[in-house]
Amino acid sequence: MIHISKRVDFTLFKGKAAGLNRYVGWGVRLIAVLLSLVVSGLIIFAITRLNPLKVYGVMANGVFGTPRRTWAWLRDLALLLCISVGLAPAFKMRFWNIGAEGQVLVGGLATAACMIFLGGSSIPSVPLLILMAFAAMAAGAAWGVVPAVFKARWNTNETLFTLMMNYIAIQLTLFFIPKWEHPKGSNTVGLINAVTNRGWITPIVSADAISKMDQNAWTTQLIRNTVGQSYFINVLIVAAITVGMYFYLCRSKHGYEIAVVGQSENTARYAAMNVKKVIIRSMTLSGAICGLGGFLAVAGADHTISTATAGGRGFVAIIVAWLARFNTFVMVLISAMLVFLEKGAIAIASEFSLSNDVSNIITGIILLFILGSEFFINYEIKFSKRSGKGA
Amino acid sequence: MKKFLAIALCLVMVLALCACKTGNNGKDNNDKIKVGVILVGDENEGYTAAHIEGFKEAMKNVGISEDQVTWKYVIHENAECYDTASDLVEAGCKIIFSNSYGHQSYMVQAAQENPGVVFCPATGDTANVCGLPNVVNLFPYTYESRYVSGVVAGMKLKELMDNGTVTDPYIGYVGAYPYAEVVSGYTAFFLGIRSIVPEAHMDVMYTSSWFDLNKENETAKALMARGCVIIGQHADSTGAPSAVEAALAEGKVAYSVGYNIDMLKVAPTAALTSAQNNWSVLYTNVLRDFLDGKTMQHDYTAGYNDNGVMISALGSSCAPGTAEKVEEVIAGIKAGTLHVFDINTFTVGGQKMESYVFDFSTMNADYTAVQYEGQKIETISDGYFHESVYRSAPYFDLRIDGITELTDTSN
Repeated sequence: MIHISKRVDFTLFKGKAAGLNRYVGWGVRLIAVLLSLVVSGLIIFAITRLNPLKVYGVMANGVFGTPRRTWAWLRDLALLLCISVGLAPAFKMRFWNIGAEGQVLVGGLATAACMIFLGGSSIPSVPLLILMAFAAMAAGAAWGVVPAVFKARWNTNETLFTLMMNYIAIQLTLFFIPKWEHPKGSNTVGLINAVTNRGWITPIVSADAISKMDQNAWTTQLIRNTVGQSYFINVLIVAAITVGMYFYLCRSKHGYEIAVVGQSENTARYAAMNVKKVIIRSMTLSGAICGLGGFLAVAGADHTISTATAGGRGFVAIIVAWLARFNTFVMVLISAMLVFLEKGAIAIASEFSLSNDVSNIITGIILLFILGSEFFINYEIKFSKRSGKGA
Repeated sequence: MKKFLAIALCLVMVLALCACKTGNNGKDNNDKIKVGVILVGDENEGYTAAHIEGFKEAMKNVGISEDQVTWKYVIHENAECYDTASDLVEAGCKIIFSNSYGHQSYMVQAAQENPGVVFCPATGDTANVCGLPNVVNLFPYTYESRYVSGVVAGMKLKELMDNGTVTDPYIGYVGAYPYAEVVSGYTAFFLGIRSIVPEAHMDVMYTSSWFDLNKENETAKALMARGCVIIGQHADSTGAPSAVEAALAEGKVAYSVGYNIDMLKVAPTAALTSAQNNWSVLYTNVLRDFLDGKTMQHDYTAGYNDNGVMISALGSSCAPGTAEKVEEVIAGIKAGTLHVFDINTFTVGGQKMESYVFDFSTMNADYTAVQYEGQKIETISDGYFHESVYRSAPYFDLRIDGITELTDTSN
């Protein structure tokens, strides 16, 4: 009665919704989001008897209500996006890098180590930050390259390998926390360099400098809300990586090689590409960017290290990268939405004194609908008149 | 431009309210004050549940209604805590509490930026040294209730030895971390036992977690396997008491003393009692001083004298005469005739401690320089160690004779 068939895939390497015209694809996704809002609304009403529109309003206010909230949203968005962009080359190569969580964590560890042991040194702030960023990238790259080498040389299963590397990263963090704990015995590292703020990403224009400017001038306000914000640098770094990765994947020879290896290793070999080299190179890049995510989390937000530093973002980023079909600009939209949901959920939980679980239900419903919509984008459903054997 | 206007307005409002505070004349302003509470868990988690209960009680005591309080549940000990605290400030909260130690540094960060708001990280230890007038720490005299729960265990141990069931008065303690709060707690517990059974000795094993049901369960089993007959704990789950209950049911001689919550539900025969904190007293005192417009102290504490601490109902297995003995000990503590850390009751390295100077400074990240300069204070005078007097958070970190730490995760 009903045929389900995969839509014919015309566009292999462009990262577009396969088969369906891409605008139709986005239309389907939009409808899915709207439908999910309606269903969540019904569930909100059924459980809490609250007006769903009011609940959505509280969510929006909780995320964008003040400039500071908006910046916190941008900061978290930047971090999730950074990790997602880091995953893009690996996933496009069909290398299932489940290890972003660990790569972020070791990047964070390297950053924290620099902050703790070089915080008292005479290295000026900017070179120190650059050093920290490179240390984080090196650590993340090392975490990414190990499974890549094994995959390239011995064809090991990268899904399990990268997953297991996460546990090593977590255990490594647990090993260092008691060594770096502050104060002794507390088993937390605490805010590193809380007084000196050494190794913290600080605003380009300090609050002191802003307070000396003409307070009524619109330029002062503009400065305060852009370069005067410490998270501005996080956003700037990630924006650069996002644009760079887009062109790397879509416009460079490396990007083309990644796509070919992802579609068919045999084709790649036939085209005289060095598959092993491509795998190792791409995973080094992937790990390095995820490691930089750890730098942003530690130097640019938390200023501490714990096993929760990556906070599951390494796994959420997989959803982002996958939904965006490795298009880094689409990733911006999807991470923006996911971070909005996460922050909005906390806002409604506190406003209506609900448990966080209720808001997680809403997030879950929205994700389910979006992921479900991929089915309709990838597959065609044909109703045939023949009965009996057709199904 | 709207946003900028909003910031400007917020600033004006904050400043205006700051100006109001000095002229705050008590109850009249109570219904306008907004309060923020940052919690590491929610009501499903024992430690936070005790704080929520205590805070609601305190709200009743000082006349603050539910709609004046913004609760923030499950706030992690990272930038999320700083975000939440800043958010509460923007929402107009004038006093903000947090309940986990790890929240403290983020609260201090927010306190630096918002001098007009009072930040109260409970169980924290830097209010006194960080140089900010708007940071307040609160910590009850938990060591007192630990001591009393030790007395309960000591009575049981004495009974077991008198009737010949037990010959070696061997105690086990399931600790979270080798942290001063834990050291102070198990030492008080041990001294309580030794006040009844002088020849008692104790082993401490760490779980490296404040809450880990399985690990606490296994640690309790390991201690019982070594021959421990009383299992105390400074960890938040019911893991240890349920292990002891199971062992008792199998014919082993073992009893449990819990922490935070009444353990009789999970260990109806093995649980003797639990040392508990009554957070409502501290929250009430802080809120009352704040509402009355008083200068805030840096440290708020409360012991038996102020109902700040207690032990849970005695279990059916307790030795006869326990209740009377407990009454007597509590009366001694209240009257000031009994001191938990009396220097005549313990030795360190075979020596009686006549003097112990504690440096309250905190160090920087790699422990090479002082971060916050604190005083160096003689903590022993009048024949006893003055715990939680010079700072609310415990600082008794002496390792006394008779107690062995079996695992040390800090090395």
